[in-house]
Amino acid sequence: MSDLLTVSNLSVRYPSREKTGWGKPKSYVSAVDDVSFSIARGETLGLVGESGSGKTTLGLSVLRGVEPSAGRIQLTLPRGTLDVTALSSKELRRARRHFQMIFQDPYASLNPRMTVRDIISEPLIAQRGLGESLDRAMINARVVDIAQRCGLSRDQLRRFPHAFSGGQRQRIAIARALVLNPDLVVCDEPISALDVSIQAQILNLLAELQESLGLTYLFIAHDLAAVAYVCDRVAVMYLGQIVELGPTRSVYFTPKHPYTEALMSAVPEPDPDATLRPILLQGERPDPSNPPSGCRFHTRCRYATELCATAAPTLREVANGQFAACHYATELTLQGAQDLRERKDERVAV
Amino acid sequence: MAEARDNVLDVETLSIALRQDDATVPIVEDISFSLARGEVLALVGESGSGKSLTALSLMQLLSKELAITKGRILLHAADGGVTDIVGLGANGRAIEAIRGRRMGMIFQEPMSSFSPIHTIGAQIAEVAMIHEKVTREEARRRAAELLAKVGIPDPVRALDRYPQEFSGGMRQRAMIARALICGPGLLIADEPTTALDVTIQSQILDLMRKLKNELGMAILFITHDLGIVAQMADRVAIMYSGRIVESGPVRDIFRRPVHPYTRALLEAVPRLGDIDRHRKIRPIAGSIPNIFDVPQGCRFHPRCPAAQLPRCAEAPPPRYDAGRHHVSCIHGAEELGR
Repeated sequence: MSDLLTVSNLSVRYPSREKTGWGKPKSYVSAVDDVSFSIARGETLGLVGESGSGKTTLGLSVLRGVEPSAGRIQLTLPRGTLDVTALSSKELRRARRHFQMIFQDPYASLNPRMTVRDIISEPLIAQRGLGESLDRAMINARVVDIAQRCGLSRDQLRRFPHAFSGGQRQRIAIARALVLNPDLVVCDEPISALDVSIQAQILNLLAELQESLGLTYLFIAHDLAAVAYVCDRVAVMYLGQIVELGPTRSVYFTPKHPYTEALMSAVPEPDPDATLRPILLQGERPDPSNPPSGCRFHTRCRYATELCATAAPTLREVANGQFAACHYATELTLQGAQDLRERKDERVAV
Repeated sequence: MAEARDNVLDVETLSIALRQDDATVPIVEDISFSLARGEVLALVGESGSGKSLTALSLMQLLSKELAITKGRILLHAADGGVTDIVGLGANGRAIEAIRGRRMGMIFQEPMSSFSPIHTIGAQIAEVAMIHEKVTREEARRRAAELLAKVGIPDPVRALDRYPQEFSGGMRQRAMIARALICGPGLLIADEPTTALDVTIQSQILDLMRKLKNELGMAILFITHDLGIVAQMADRVAIMYSGRIVESGPVRDIFRRPVHPYTRALLEAVPRLGDIDRHRKIRPIAGSIPNIFDVPQGCRFHPRCPAAQLPRCAEAPPPRYDAGRHHVSCIHGAEELGR
């Protein structure tokens, strides 16, 4: 499989609200700091991490929803390579049909004064405004087709968003993202605002659409079980950096970074016979505007040594396709999701 | 209903309705459950199931448009006295003497449940000063002791800080301290970790478990997260559209669920172990009914794979019991008997 998206040394800085006497920001917060990864065509890469780890900023910056302060983002398309970071704002608008986004809150992301048909067709009309030749019949056919693939009926297109439940609204948002037939879709917490019984509908829908339309996903979520369910590979972020990256199974079952280990141990298993042995992290997440020296995780890491406080580890390959940013990645024997759950009983629930 | 257990709380056929113009819309119907000393009962449901309203009604904290229309909420004191919360009304000395003293409550969003203009210490000490008429110094001393117990570093200095200086996890710890300062027999926890990160969530759950064992209080834990239920609860009650559809010991509910909704819910949740097992999650078709337009009969029948029409659409399903496992479903008799 060839890479569709290549991100190299990407950083995003936000200015702090405090200003100096000259009106310049006093400091900057590095929300994303020197991050590199790639996603193959047809693949789903999961991006996990806690709030403030920079995962949403990273997702947005890949589409230039926020401007990167350094680094490069490239899309490899059949017609050639597109350097997303170098596009002018006009070129960017045209290029947006290659990459789209699905947001967390379907109550906030749909305009209440537009019908579903207008919402879904808007990206097509915007592209027509940029010179794409599309007539009304083509737009209509395209909207009906994508709406049906997303589980919406033809008569529902006449209605307004308020008539729909959370799960159906998310279907509308997905249809809007897919109407331009994009290559890459960034899904930012697409299920976390939904009820449990509806989450499964949306996860399965995303998987079906990926297969039928050949989509590539960057799937941002904090629900580790949902990520395991849909992702081929996973990147774990902590304070703006990727600390571990690899195939889902390896990252979950044989983690190489102590933060991943702690994260895996913290997920409560829906099984009363699985005894959880959580690794309770010391303290809270440090202030991202003033990250700890050396390894950013060392203040909460139970394996940290003096070296960790002074030298920052780099992300390096420690097993087949598995990368970790830890000085001791090859020496430590960390516990994976399965070791951290002791089963008193091997019967499988349900 | 009166079991030979050391119960802290008995809720009997409680109904809550929304008053709208001259009509009343039932929101919670005929729910019954009990909690024994030191027990954790999880009230599980999706949004709109009525689980949070049930929790609020226990403290008479329902907003004006909502009212308890039926049932009893019996709170048992250690000396054997019984109080019916429903009879106390929403205002007055009688209910105020119970709120915060014999029942503590913690909420999902700790920022909105603390006042930003008073210090953490003042807001925790206040509870003891009102209920137990202790001096300010004594109340502060006890507040500091509790902050230490919930794991806040440097508790004496923390007393003089403001809620916004605390992180989300710290605020949730402070809220637990405030709920526990009078040593209530019952703690109501309404989605206490939903706004927190997983690593912080596991710290808070661990803390709640420790405090429960140490202080012996009962916890009513309201959540939609089946993982938390499995790890925290002794017993579970599953709510759907204002009714309890199934309840029982946690192992029975997870191992031998009977109600089609409970079964469907368990099959809809992905698990970490799924990577290897190639288990497919199965969504529940359709969506949760609108409270103003609920289906007749069994509320779950339009989404139920095992529904028998017209039977399920005509009358509410009968309730079946097997020991402490209860289910309201027409299939209850044969399924529970197995």
